[in-house]
Amino acid sequence: MSSDAIPRQPFDARPLQLLAAIALAAGLLVSSFPTWATLTLSGLAMGLIIFVIASGLTLVFGLMDVLNFGHGVFVALGGFIAATVLGVQGAVGDLSLGASLLAVGLAAGAGMAVAGVVGLAFERMLVRPVYGMHLKQILITMGGMIIGEEMIKMIWGPGMIALPLPQGLRGALPLPGDVVLDKFRALAALVGLTVFAALLLVLNRTKLGVLIRAGVQDREMVECLGYRIRRLFIGVFAAGSALAGLGGAMWSLYQQSVTPQMGAQVNTLIFIVIIIGGLGSTLGCFVGALAVGLLANYMGFLAPKAALFSNIALMVAVLLWRPQGLYPVGGK
Amino acid sequence: MSSLLSLQGVHTHIGAYHILHGVDLEVPAAQLTMLLGRNGAGKTTTLRTIMGLWRASAGRIVFDGREIQAEDTPTLAQAGIAYVPENMGIFGELSVRENLLLAARQARSIEQLDTARLDWLFVLFPALKKFWLYPAGRLSGGQKQMLAIARAMIEPRRLLLIDEPSKGLAPAMVLSLIEALRELKNDRTTVLLVEQNFGVARALGDHVAVMDDGRVVHAGAMTELAQDEALQQRLLGLSLGVHQ
Repeated sequence: MSSDAIPRQPFDARPLQLLAAIALAAGLLVSSFPTWATLTLSGLAMGLIIFVIASGLTLVFGLMDVLNFGHGVFVALGGFIAATVLGVQGAVGDLSLGASLLAVGLAAGAGMAVAGVVGLAFERMLVRPVYGMHLKQILITMGGMIIGEEMIKMIWGPGMIALPLPQGLRGALPLPGDVVLDKFRALAALVGLTVFAALLLVLNRTKLGVLIRAGVQDREMVECLGYRIRRLFIGVFAAGSALAGLGGAMWSLYQQSVTPQMGAQVNTLIFIVIIIGGLGSTLGCFVGALAVGLLANYMGFLAPKAALFSNIALMVAVLLWRPQGLYPVGGK
Repeated sequence: MSSLLSLQGVHTHIGAYHILHGVDLEVPAAQLTMLLGRNGAGKTTTLRTIMGLWRASAGRIVFDGREIQAEDTPTLAQAGIAYVPENMGIFGELSVRENLLLAARQARSIEQLDTARLDWLFVLFPALKKFWLYPAGRLSGGQKQMLAIARAMIEPRRLLLIDEPSKGLAPAMVLSLIEALRELKNDRTTVLLVEQNFGVARALGDHVAVMDDGRVVHAGAMTELAQDEALQQRLLGLSLGVHQ
Protein backbone atom coordinates (compact mmCIF):
# COMPACT_ATOMS: atom_id res chain seq x y z
CA MET A 1 0.00 0.00 0.00
CA SER A 2 1.32 3.39 -0.98
CA SER A 3 2.24 5.69 1.84
CA ASP A 4 4.45 8.05 -0.12
CA ALA A 5 2.15 11.04 -0.24
CA ILE A 6 1.83 11.76 3.44
CA PRO A 7 4.24 10.44 6.07
CA ARG A 8 3.07 8.92 9.30
CA GLN A 9 2.36 11.39 12.03
CA PRO A 10 5.79 12.23 13.50
CA PHE A 11 6.51 10.69 16.87
CA ASP A 12 6.39 13.23 19.69
CA ALA A 13 9.72 12.72 21.43
CA ARG A 14 9.58 15.76 23.70
CA PRO A 15 8.19 13.87 26.73
CA LEU A 16 11.22 11.57 26.49
CA GLN A 17 13.39 14.64 26.93
CA LEU A 18 11.80 15.00 30.36
CA LEU A 19 13.51 11.77 31.42
CA ALA A 20 16.82 13.01 30.03
CA ALA A 21 16.37 16.35 31.82
CA ILE A 22 15.69 14.64 35.17
CA ALA A 23 18.72 12.38 34.74
CA LEU A 24 20.91 15.28 33.64
CA ALA A 25 19.87 17.48 36.55
CA ALA A 26 20.58 14.65 38.98
CA GLY A 27 23.95 14.11 37.30
CA LEU A 28 24.90 17.67 38.13
CA LEU A 29 23.86 17.28 41.77
CA VAL A 30 25.29 13.81 42.36
CA SER A 31 29.02 14.30 42.03
CA SER A 32 30.02 10.63 41.70
CA PHE A 33 29.34 8.92 38.36
CA PRO A 34 29.00 5.38 39.80
CA THR A 35 26.50 6.67 42.36
CA TRP A 36 24.54 8.51 39.67
CA ALA A 37 24.56 5.45 37.37
CA THR A 38 23.48 3.18 40.22
CA LEU A 39 20.65 5.53 41.16
CA THR A 40 19.62 5.82 37.52
CA LEU A 41 19.50 2.07 36.93
CA SER A 42 17.64 1.52 40.20
CA GLY A 43 15.21 4.32 39.34
CA LEU A 44 14.52 2.87 35.92
CA ALA A 45 13.93 -0.58 37.44
CA MET A 46 11.59 0.87 40.06
CA GLY A 47 9.82 2.85 37.34
CA LEU A 48 9.31 -0.30 35.29
CA ILE A 49 7.68 -2.08 38.26
CA ILE A 50 5.41 0.94 38.76
CA PHE A 51 4.63 0.82 35.05
CA VAL A 52 3.48 -2.81 35.30
CA ILE A 53 1.12 -1.87 38.14
CA ALA A 54 -0.14 1.34 36.52
CA SER A 55 -0.49 -0.05 32.98
CA GLY A 56 -3.51 -2.06 34.08
CA LEU A 57 -5.18 1.03 35.50
CA THR A 58 -4.48 3.14 32.43
CA LEU A 59 -5.87 0.39 30.20
CA VAL A 60 -9.03 0.16 32.31
CA PHE A 61 -9.52 3.91 32.40
CA GLY A 62 -8.61 4.37 28.76
CA LEU A 63 -11.04 1.84 27.38
CA MET A 64 -13.75 1.74 29.97
CA ASP A 65 -13.62 5.28 31.34
CA VAL A 66 -13.70 3.69 34.79
CA LEU A 67 -11.94 5.46 37.66
CA ASN A 68 -10.97 2.35 39.59
CA PHE A 69 -9.76 3.50 42.97
CA GLY A 70 -9.80 -0.15 43.99
CA HIS A 71 -6.92 -1.01 41.66
CA GLY A 72 -4.56 -1.16 44.63
CA VAL A 73 -6.37 -4.15 46.10
CA PHE A 74 -5.22 -6.26 43.14
CA VAL A 75 -1.68 -5.06 43.76
CA ALA A 76 -1.88 -6.18 47.40
CA LEU A 77 -3.54 -9.44 46.39
CA GLY A 78 -0.74 -10.17 43.91
CA GLY A 79 1.80 -9.53 46.65
CA PHE A 80 0.12 -11.80 49.21
CA ILE A 81 -0.45 -14.60 46.71
CA ALA A 82 3.22 -14.37 45.68
CA ALA A 83 4.27 -14.49 49.34
CA THR A 84 2.06 -17.53 49.91
CA VAL A 85 3.34 -19.37 46.85
CA LEU A 86 6.94 -18.65 47.75
CA GLY A 87 6.21 -19.73 51.34
CA VAL A 88 4.65 -22.99 50.11
CA GLN A 89 7.71 -23.63 47.97
CA GLY A 90 9.77 -23.20 51.16
CA ALA A 91 13.54 -23.01 51.52
CA VAL A 92 13.78 -20.17 48.98
CA GLY A 93 17.03 -19.24 50.65
CA ASP A 94 18.88 -22.17 49.10
CA LEU A 95 17.78 -21.90 45.48
CA SER A 96 20.10 -21.45 42.51
CA LEU A 97 19.53 -18.61 40.02
CA GLY A 98 17.49 -20.80 37.67
CA ALA A 99 15.41 -22.27 40.48
CA SER A 100 14.94 -18.80 41.97
CA LEU A 101 13.68 -17.46 38.66
CA LEU A 102 11.27 -20.40 38.42
CA ALA A 103 10.05 -19.83 41.99
CA VAL A 104 9.49 -16.11 41.38
CA GLY A 105 7.85 -16.87 38.03
CA LEU A 106 5.41 -19.27 39.68
CA ALA A 107 4.67 -16.81 42.48
CA ALA A 108 4.14 -13.86 40.13
CA GLY A 109 2.08 -16.00 37.74
CA ALA A 110 -0.17 -17.13 40.59
CA GLY A 111 -0.54 -13.54 41.80
CA MET A 112 -1.46 -12.48 38.30
CA ALA A 113 -3.98 -15.28 37.81
CA VAL A 114 -5.75 -14.76 41.16
CA ALA A 115 -5.87 -10.98 40.69
CA GLY A 116 -7.33 -11.48 37.20
CA VAL A 117 -10.07 -13.80 38.45
CA VAL A 118 -10.92 -11.54 41.40
CA GLY A 119 -10.93 -8.65 38.91
CA LEU A 120 -13.70 -10.40 36.97
CA ALA A 121 -15.83 -10.60 40.11
CA PHE A 122 -14.99 -7.00 41.03
CA GLU A 123 -16.13 -5.80 37.59
CA ARG A 124 -19.32 -7.83 37.74
CA MET A 125 -20.37 -6.86 41.26
CA LEU A 126 -19.06 -3.33 41.76
CA VAL A 127 -18.08 -1.67 38.50
CA ARG A 128 -20.76 -2.79 36.05
CA PRO A 129 -23.64 -1.03 37.83
CA VAL A 130 -21.80 2.31 37.72
CA TYR A 131 -20.50 2.55 34.15
CA GLY A 132 -20.56 6.17 33.02
CA MET A 133 -20.94 7.54 36.58
CA HIS A 134 -17.57 8.81 37.74
CA LEU A 135 -18.51 9.91 41.24
CA LYS A 136 -20.22 6.61 42.00
CA GLN A 137 -17.24 4.75 40.50
CA ILE A 138 -14.86 6.53 42.86
CA LEU A 139 -17.04 5.82 45.89
CA ILE A 140 -17.82 2.19 45.12
CA THR A 141 -14.31 1.23 44.05
CA MET A 142 -12.89 2.90 47.18
CA GLY A 143 -15.39 0.81 49.13
CA GLY A 144 -14.21 -2.26 47.24
CA MET A 145 -10.65 -1.37 48.16
CA ILE A 146 -11.53 -1.18 51.85
CA ILE A 147 -13.43 -4.47 51.75
CA GLY A 148 -10.59 -6.11 49.84
CA GLU A 149 -8.04 -4.88 52.35
CA GLU A 150 -10.12 -6.22 55.25
CA MET A 151 -10.50 -9.58 53.52
CA ILE A 152 -6.74 -9.75 53.08
CA LYS A 153 -6.40 -9.09 56.83
CA MET A 154 -8.89 -11.90 57.54
CA ILE A 155 -6.93 -14.37 55.39
CA TRP A 156 -3.31 -13.36 56.01
CA GLY A 157 -3.59 -11.34 59.22
CA PRO A 158 -3.14 -7.62 59.79
CA GLY A 159 0.63 -7.58 60.12
CA MET A 160 3.50 -7.35 57.70
CA ILE A 161 4.77 -10.56 56.12
CA ALA A 162 8.45 -10.71 55.28
CA LEU A 163 9.20 -11.78 51.75
CA PRO A 164 12.90 -12.51 51.37
CA LEU A 165 14.25 -12.89 47.88
CA PRO A 166 15.28 -16.38 46.83
CA GLN A 167 19.02 -16.88 47.19
CA GLY A 168 19.69 -16.86 43.46
CA LEU A 169 18.25 -13.35 43.11
CA ARG A 170 20.14 -11.78 46.00
CA GLY A 171 23.17 -9.62 45.41
CA ALA A 172 24.18 -7.42 42.53
CA LEU A 173 25.12 -7.95 38.92
CA PRO A 174 28.80 -7.45 38.13
CA LEU A 175 28.83 -4.15 36.23
CA PRO A 176 31.91 -2.14 35.28
CA GLY A 177 32.95 1.08 37.04
CA ASP A 178 31.60 0.36 40.53
CA VAL A 179 28.04 0.64 39.24
CA VAL A 180 25.62 -1.53 41.19
CA LEU A 181 22.39 -3.10 39.98
CA ASP A 182 20.59 -5.65 42.13
CA LYS A 183 19.77 -8.89 40.34
CA PHE A 184 16.11 -8.60 41.28
CA ARG A 185 15.90 -5.04 39.97
CA ALA A 186 17.38 -6.24 36.69
CA LEU A 187 14.73 -8.98 36.57
CA ALA A 188 12.00 -6.48 37.41
CA ALA A 189 13.23 -4.19 34.63
CA LEU A 190 13.14 -7.11 32.20
CA VAL A 191 9.57 -7.95 33.22
CA GLY A 192 8.52 -4.30 32.88
CA LEU A 193 10.07 -3.99 29.43
CA THR A 194 8.45 -7.25 28.35
CA VAL A 195 5.03 -6.05 29.53
CA PHE A 196 5.55 -2.73 27.74
CA ALA A 197 6.61 -4.44 24.50
CA ALA A 198 3.70 -6.89 24.72
CA LEU A 199 1.19 -4.09 25.31
CA LEU A 200 2.57 -2.05 22.41
CA LEU A 201 2.53 -5.12 20.18
CA VAL A 202 -1.05 -6.00 21.06
CA LEU A 203 -2.34 -2.42 20.93
CA ASN A 204 -0.59 -1.40 17.71
CA ARG A 205 -0.09 -4.57 15.70
CA THR A 206 -3.21 -6.63 16.25
CA LYS A 207 -6.84 -6.14 15.41
CA LEU A 208 -7.68 -6.62 19.09
CA GLY A 209 -5.47 -3.65 19.84
CA VAL A 210 -7.12 -1.55 17.13
CA LEU A 211 -10.45 -2.52 18.66
CA ILE A 212 -9.34 -1.50 22.14
CA ARG A 213 -8.02 1.85 20.89
CA ALA A 214 -11.22 2.43 18.96
CA GLY A 215 -13.25 1.57 22.06
CA VAL A 216 -11.34 4.23 23.97
CA GLN A 217 -12.53 6.82 21.43
CA ASP A 218 -16.10 5.87 20.53
CA ARG A 219 -17.76 2.86 22.12
CA GLU A 220 -21.07 3.32 20.33
CA MET A 221 -19.43 3.24 16.91
CA VAL A 222 -17.49 0.10 17.82
CA GLU A 223 -20.84 -1.58 18.56
CA CYS A 224 -22.22 -0.24 15.27
CA LEU A 225 -19.40 -2.09 13.52
CA GLY A 226 -20.58 -5.35 15.09
CA TYR A 227 -18.28 -5.80 18.08
CA ARG A 228 -19.51 -6.45 21.62
CA ILE A 229 -17.76 -3.81 23.64
CA ARG A 230 -19.03 -5.26 26.94
CA ARG A 231 -17.05 -8.47 26.39
CA LEU A 232 -14.03 -6.40 25.52
CA PHE A 233 -14.55 -4.40 28.74
CA ILE A 234 -14.61 -7.54 30.87
CA GLY A 235 -11.48 -8.89 29.20
CA VAL A 236 -9.64 -5.60 29.61
CA PHE A 237 -10.67 -5.28 33.26
CA ALA A 238 -9.42 -8.80 34.00
CA ALA A 239 -6.18 -8.09 32.11
CA GLY A 240 -5.73 -4.81 34.00
CA SER A 241 -6.29 -6.58 37.33
CA ALA A 242 -3.88 -9.36 36.34
CA LEU A 243 -1.21 -6.78 35.48
CA ALA A 244 -1.78 -5.20 38.89
CA GLY A 245 -1.33 -8.64 40.45
CA LEU A 246 1.92 -9.16 38.55
CA GLY A 247 3.11 -5.69 39.53
CA GLY A 248 2.09 -6.34 43.15
CA ALA A 249 4.16 -9.53 43.24
CA MET A 250 7.18 -7.71 41.79
CA TRP A 251 6.68 -4.69 44.11
CA SER A 252 6.45 -6.97 47.18
CA LEU A 253 9.66 -8.76 46.24
CA TYR A 254 11.24 -5.36 45.60
CA GLN A 255 10.17 -4.20 49.10
CA GLN A 256 10.83 -7.72 50.50
CA SER A 257 7.61 -7.53 52.49
CA VAL A 258 3.86 -7.32 52.06
CA THR A 259 1.29 -5.47 54.15
CA PRO A 260 -2.49 -5.27 53.73
CA GLN A 261 -2.12 -1.49 53.29
CA MET A 262 0.30 -1.71 50.37
CA GLY A 263 -2.51 -1.39 47.83
CA ALA A 264 -3.67 1.91 49.26
CA GLN A 265 -0.07 3.11 49.43
CA VAL A 266 0.71 2.43 45.78
CA ASN A 267 -2.69 3.73 44.63
CA THR A 268 -1.53 7.34 45.07
CA LEU A 269 1.66 6.63 43.17
CA ILE A 270 -0.05 4.97 40.22
CA PHE A 271 -2.66 7.71 39.90
CA ILE A 272 0.18 10.24 39.76
CA VAL A 273 1.79 8.14 37.03
CA ILE A 274 -1.28 7.85 34.82
CA ILE A 275 -2.13 11.54 35.24
CA ILE A 276 1.43 12.50 34.27
CA GLY A 277 1.35 10.14 31.29
CA GLY A 278 -2.08 11.19 30.01
CA LEU A 279 -5.13 9.22 31.08
CA GLY A 280 -5.48 6.11 28.95
CA SER A 281 -2.09 6.33 27.25
CA THR A 282 0.18 3.27 27.53
CA LEU A 283 3.24 5.12 26.26
CA GLY A 284 2.46 8.04 28.58
CA CYS A 285 2.12 5.63 31.49
CA PHE A 286 5.51 4.14 30.60
CA VAL A 287 7.28 7.51 30.44
CA GLY A 288 5.45 8.77 33.54
CA ALA A 289 6.41 5.66 35.54
CA LEU A 290 10.06 6.00 34.55
CA ALA A 291 10.03 9.70 35.49
CA VAL A 292 8.51 8.90 38.89
CA GLY A 293 10.96 6.03 39.47
CA LEU A 294 13.98 8.14 38.56
CA LEU A 295 12.90 11.12 40.61
CA ALA A 296 12.07 8.97 43.65
CA ASN A 297 15.55 7.44 43.61
CA TYR A 298 17.42 10.68 43.03
CA MET A 299 15.41 12.51 45.69
CA GLY A 300 15.74 9.60 48.10
CA PHE A 301 19.50 10.08 47.82
CA LEU A 302 19.71 13.87 47.58
CA ALA A 303 16.85 15.02 49.84
CA PRO A 304 15.06 12.08 51.46
CA LYS A 305 12.54 14.25 53.28
CA ALA A 306 11.36 15.74 49.98
CA ALA A 307 11.07 12.37 48.18
CA LEU A 308 7.31 11.94 48.57
CA PHE A 309 6.59 15.55 47.70
CA SER A 310 8.76 15.26 44.58
CA ASN A 311 6.17 13.08 42.76
CA ILE A 312 3.43 15.62 43.37
CA ALA A 313 5.76 18.42 42.24
CA LEU A 314 6.56 16.46 39.09
CA MET A 315 2.86 15.98 38.36
CA VAL A 316 2.16 19.68 38.85
CA ALA A 317 5.08 20.65 36.60
CA VAL A 318 4.01 18.24 33.86
CA LEU A 319 0.39 19.42 34.00
CA LEU A 320 1.50 23.05 33.75
CA TRP A 321 3.48 22.06 30.63
CA ARG A 322 0.88 19.69 29.16
CA PRO A 323 -2.48 19.95 30.94
CA GLN A 324 -3.69 16.63 29.55
CA GLY A 325 -0.50 14.76 30.38
CA LEU A 326 2.53 13.77 28.33
CA TYR A 327 0.64 11.76 25.70
CA PRO A 328 -3.03 12.79 25.81
CA VAL A 329 -5.61 10.36 24.43
CA GLY A 330 -8.70 11.74 22.75
CA GLY A 331 -10.60 14.11 24.98
CA LYS A 332 -9.49 12.53 28.25
CA MET B 1 -41.64 -4.57 -4.87
CA SER B 2 -40.44 -6.33 -1.71
CA SER B 3 -39.23 -4.40 1.31
CA LEU B 4 -35.98 -5.31 2.96
CA LEU B 5 -36.86 -3.19 5.99
CA SER B 6 -40.26 -2.36 7.36
CA LEU B 7 -41.20 -0.20 10.34
CA GLN B 8 -44.72 -0.64 11.67
CA GLY B 9 -46.07 1.77 14.27
CA VAL B 10 -42.68 2.37 15.85
CA HIS B 11 -42.57 4.58 18.94
CA THR B 12 -39.35 5.72 20.61
CA HIS B 13 -38.92 7.50 23.92
CA ILE B 14 -35.66 9.12 24.96
CA GLY B 15 -35.90 9.66 28.67
CA ALA B 16 -39.11 11.57 29.28
CA TYR B 17 -39.40 12.66 25.65
CA HIS B 18 -41.65 10.87 23.19
CA ILE B 19 -39.79 11.30 19.87
CA LEU B 20 -41.28 8.81 17.40
CA HIS B 21 -45.07 8.62 17.38
CA GLY B 22 -45.80 5.50 15.35
CA VAL B 23 -43.47 5.50 12.36
CA ASP B 24 -44.57 3.40 9.38
CA LEU B 25 -41.88 3.05 6.75
CA GLU B 26 -41.05 0.63 3.93
CA VAL B 27 -37.52 0.44 2.53
CA PRO B 28 -37.53 -1.49 -0.76
CA ALA B 29 -34.65 -3.87 -1.44
CA ALA B 30 -31.86 -2.73 -3.78
CA GLN B 31 -33.21 0.81 -3.91
CA LEU B 32 -32.21 4.11 -2.38
CA THR B 33 -34.86 5.56 -0.08
CA MET B 34 -34.56 9.15 1.06
CA LEU B 35 -35.82 10.13 4.50
CA LEU B 36 -36.58 13.83 4.51
CA GLY B 37 -38.05 16.24 7.00
CA ARG B 38 -37.49 19.40 8.94
CA ASN B 39 -35.05 19.59 11.84
CA GLY B 40 -36.43 17.69 14.81
CA ALA B 41 -38.83 15.62 12.70
CA GLY B 42 -37.37 12.35 14.02
CA LYS B 43 -35.15 11.24 11.11
CA THR B 44 -32.00 10.58 13.13
CA THR B 45 -34.02 8.93 15.89
CA THR B 46 -35.54 6.62 13.27
CA LEU B 47 -32.10 5.52 12.06
CA ARG B 48 -30.81 5.07 15.60
CA THR B 49 -33.89 3.06 16.55
CA ILE B 50 -33.42 0.77 13.54
CA MET B 51 -29.76 0.32 14.54
CA GLY B 52 -30.72 -0.59 18.12
CA LEU B 53 -28.97 2.41 19.62
CA TRP B 54 -32.28 3.55 21.05
CA ARG B 55 -34.96 1.00 21.88
CA ALA B 56 -38.36 1.14 20.21
CA SER B 57 -40.89 1.39 23.02
CA ALA B 58 -43.66 0.02 20.78
CA GLY B 59 -44.13 -1.24 17.23
CA ARG B 60 -42.31 -3.70 14.99
CA ILE B 61 -39.15 -3.40 12.94
CA VAL B 62 -38.82 -6.19 10.39
CA PHE B 63 -35.55 -6.74 8.54
CA ASP B 64 -35.51 -9.40 5.86
CA GLY B 65 -38.55 -11.10 7.39
CA ARG B 66 -37.17 -11.10 10.94
CA GLU B 67 -38.32 -8.89 13.80
CA ILE B 68 -35.31 -6.98 15.07
CA GLN B 69 -36.65 -4.35 17.47
CA ALA B 70 -35.34 -6.31 20.46
CA GLU B 71 -31.92 -7.09 18.96
CA ASP B 72 -28.81 -5.30 20.17
CA THR B 73 -26.60 -3.16 17.94
CA PRO B 74 -23.74 -5.64 17.37
CA THR B 75 -26.23 -8.34 16.33
CA LEU B 76 -27.81 -5.97 13.80
CA ALA B 77 -24.40 -5.00 12.44
CA GLN B 78 -23.51 -8.67 12.10
CA ALA B 79 -26.78 -9.20 10.23
CA GLY B 80 -25.54 -6.76 7.59
CA ILE B 81 -26.87 -3.35 8.65
CA ALA B 82 -24.28 -0.58 8.51
CA TYR B 83 -24.75 2.85 10.03
CA VAL B 84 -23.01 6.09 9.13
CA PRO B 85 -23.97 8.60 11.84
CA GLU B 86 -24.30 12.31 11.34
CA ASN B 87 -21.03 12.91 13.22
CA MET B 88 -19.45 10.23 11.00
CA GLY B 89 -18.14 8.18 13.96
CA ILE B 90 -14.58 8.26 12.69
CA PHE B 91 -11.93 6.97 15.08
CA GLY B 92 -9.74 10.06 14.85
CA GLU B 93 -6.66 8.59 16.50
CA LEU B 94 -6.65 5.51 14.32
CA SER B 95 -5.20 5.66 10.83
CA VAL B 96 -7.40 5.47 7.74
CA ARG B 97 -6.12 1.90 7.32
CA GLU B 98 -7.08 0.93 10.87
CA ASN B 99 -10.53 2.49 10.51
CA LEU B 100 -11.16 0.32 7.46
CA LEU B 101 -9.65 -2.78 9.05
CA LEU B 102 -11.99 -2.43 12.00
CA ALA B 103 -15.01 -2.15 9.71
CA ALA B 104 -14.02 -5.34 7.88
CA ARG B 105 -15.14 -7.85 10.46
CA GLN B 106 -14.03 -10.86 8.43
CA ALA B 107 -10.42 -9.66 8.12
CA ARG B 108 -8.00 -10.23 10.98
CA SER B 109 -5.31 -8.13 9.30
CA ILE B 110 -5.08 -5.65 6.48
CA GLU B 111 -3.69 -8.38 4.21
CA GLN B 112 -6.98 -10.25 4.52
CA LEU B 113 -9.04 -7.38 3.11
CA ASP B 114 -10.77 -7.98 -0.19
CA THR B 115 -8.26 -6.21 -2.45
CA ALA B 116 -10.69 -5.87 -5.37
CA ARG B 117 -13.18 -4.13 -3.09
CA LEU B 118 -10.45 -1.97 -1.60
CA ASP B 119 -9.33 -0.93 -5.09
CA TRP B 120 -12.95 -0.10 -5.93
CA LEU B 121 -13.12 2.11 -2.84
CA PHE B 122 -9.84 3.81 -3.77
CA VAL B 123 -11.30 4.66 -7.18
CA LEU B 124 -14.37 6.11 -5.48
CA PHE B 125 -12.42 7.88 -2.74
CA PRO B 126 -8.84 8.54 -3.91
CA ALA B 127 -8.04 10.51 -0.74
CA LEU B 128 -8.25 7.33 1.31
CA LYS B 129 -5.32 5.84 -0.57
CA LYS B 130 -3.36 9.06 -0.33
CA PHE B 131 -3.87 9.34 3.43
CA TRP B 132 -3.74 5.59 4.12
CA LEU B 133 -1.45 5.75 7.16
CA TYR B 134 -2.56 9.17 8.32
CA PRO B 135 -4.59 9.66 11.54
CA ALA B 136 -8.20 9.92 10.42
CA GLY B 137 -8.76 12.84 12.77
CA ARG B 138 -6.50 14.97 10.58
CA LEU B 139 -8.61 14.51 7.45
CA SER B 140 -10.85 17.30 6.19
CA GLY B 141 -14.59 17.11 6.85
CA GLY B 142 -15.28 15.81 3.36
CA GLN B 143 -12.52 13.22 3.54
CA LYS B 144 -13.84 12.03 6.89
CA GLN B 145 -17.27 11.62 5.35
CA MET B 146 -15.75 9.59 2.51
CA LEU B 147 -13.97 7.41 5.05
CA ALA B 148 -17.19 6.94 7.02
CA ILE B 149 -19.01 5.78 3.90
CA ALA B 150 -16.07 3.64 2.75
CA ARG B 151 -16.10 1.98 6.15
CA ALA B 152 -19.72 1.04 5.63
CA MET B 153 -18.86 -0.32 2.17
CA ILE B 154 -15.63 -2.21 2.92
CA GLU B 155 -17.64 -5.43 3.09
CA PRO B 156 -20.92 -6.10 1.29
CA ARG B 157 -23.77 -4.91 3.52
CA ARG B 158 -27.44 -5.65 3.16
CA LEU B 159 -28.65 -2.25 4.33
CA LEU B 160 -26.89 1.08 4.73
CA LEU B 161 -28.29 3.73 7.06
CA ILE B 162 -26.64 7.06 6.31
CA ASP B 163 -27.40 10.23 8.25
CA GLU B 164 -26.96 13.59 6.49
CA PRO B 165 -23.73 12.86 4.64
CA SER B 166 -23.68 16.20 2.80
CA LYS B 167 -23.96 18.30 5.94
CA GLY B 168 -21.24 20.93 6.08
CA LEU B 169 -19.51 19.76 2.90
CA ALA B 170 -18.21 22.07 0.17
CA PRO B 171 -20.16 21.87 -3.11
CA ALA B 172 -17.34 19.99 -4.88
CA MET B 173 -17.34 17.41 -2.09
CA VAL B 174 -21.11 17.05 -2.35
CA LEU B 175 -20.72 16.19 -6.03
CA SER B 176 -18.13 13.52 -5.18
CA LEU B 177 -20.47 12.21 -2.54
CA ILE B 178 -23.34 11.96 -5.00
CA GLU B 179 -21.09 10.01 -7.37
CA ALA B 180 -20.10 7.62 -4.59
CA LEU B 181 -23.71 7.07 -3.56
CA ARG B 182 -24.63 6.46 -7.20
CA GLU B 183 -22.03 3.72 -7.24
CA LEU B 184 -23.77 2.21 -4.24
CA LYS B 185 -27.05 2.30 -6.14
CA ASN B 186 -25.41 0.61 -9.12
CA ASP B 187 -24.12 -2.03 -6.72
CA ARG B 188 -27.80 -2.64 -5.81
CA THR B 189 -27.17 -1.98 -2.14
CA THR B 190 -30.28 -1.04 -0.16
CA VAL B 191 -29.82 2.42 1.32
CA LEU B 192 -31.90 4.54 3.70
CA LEU B 193 -30.47 8.03 3.48
CA VAL B 194 -31.38 10.97 5.70
CA GLU B 195 -30.78 14.25 3.92
CA GLN B 196 -31.62 17.93 4.31
CA ASN B 197 -30.24 18.91 0.91
CA PHE B 198 -33.14 18.41 -1.48
CA GLY B 199 -30.81 18.64 -4.49
CA VAL B 200 -28.93 15.56 -3.24
CA ALA B 201 -32.19 13.82 -2.44
CA ARG B 202 -33.61 14.46 -5.89
CA ALA B 203 -30.39 13.34 -7.60
CA LEU B 204 -30.21 10.04 -5.78
CA GLY B 205 -33.53 8.90 -4.40
CA ASP B 206 -35.69 6.16 -5.88
CA HIS B 207 -38.19 6.50 -3.07
CA VAL B 208 -38.86 9.11 -0.48
CA ALA B 209 -40.46 9.27 2.93
CA VAL B 210 -41.07 12.59 4.61
CA MET B 211 -41.27 12.83 8.39
CA ASP B 212 -42.89 15.44 10.57
CA ASP B 213 -43.34 15.42 14.33
CA GLY B 214 -42.18 11.83 14.73
CA ARG B 215 -44.35 10.33 11.97
CA VAL B 216 -44.00 9.54 8.28
CA VAL B 217 -46.44 11.95 6.63
CA HIS B 218 -45.68 11.11 3.01
CA ALA B 219 -44.17 8.14 1.18
CA GLY B 220 -43.84 7.50 -2.53
CA ALA B 221 -41.62 7.74 -5.57
CA MET B 222 -38.96 10.45 -5.54
CA THR B 223 -39.92 11.60 -9.03
CA GLU B 224 -43.44 12.33 -7.81
CA LEU B 225 -42.21 14.65 -5.04
CA ALA B 226 -39.54 16.21 -7.27
CA GLN B 227 -42.16 17.26 -9.80
CA ASP B 228 -44.71 18.59 -7.34
CA GLU B 229 -43.53 21.91 -5.99
CA ALA B 230 -46.69 22.46 -3.99
CA LEU B 231 -46.20 19.11 -2.24
CA GLN B 232 -42.61 20.03 -1.41
CA GLN B 233 -43.78 23.34 -0.04
CA ARG B 234 -46.39 21.63 2.09
CA LEU B 235 -44.19 18.79 3.35
CA LEU B 236 -40.79 20.38 3.59
CA GLY B 237 -41.47 24.07 3.64
CA LEU B 238 -39.26 24.68 0.64
CA SER B 239 -39.60 25.51 -3.01
CA LEU B 240 -37.57 23.67 -5.58
CA GLY B 241 -36.48 26.92 -7.12
CA VAL B 242 -34.51 27.73 -4.00
CA HIS B 243 -33.05 24.26 -3.54
CA GLN B 244 -32.06 23.30 -7.08
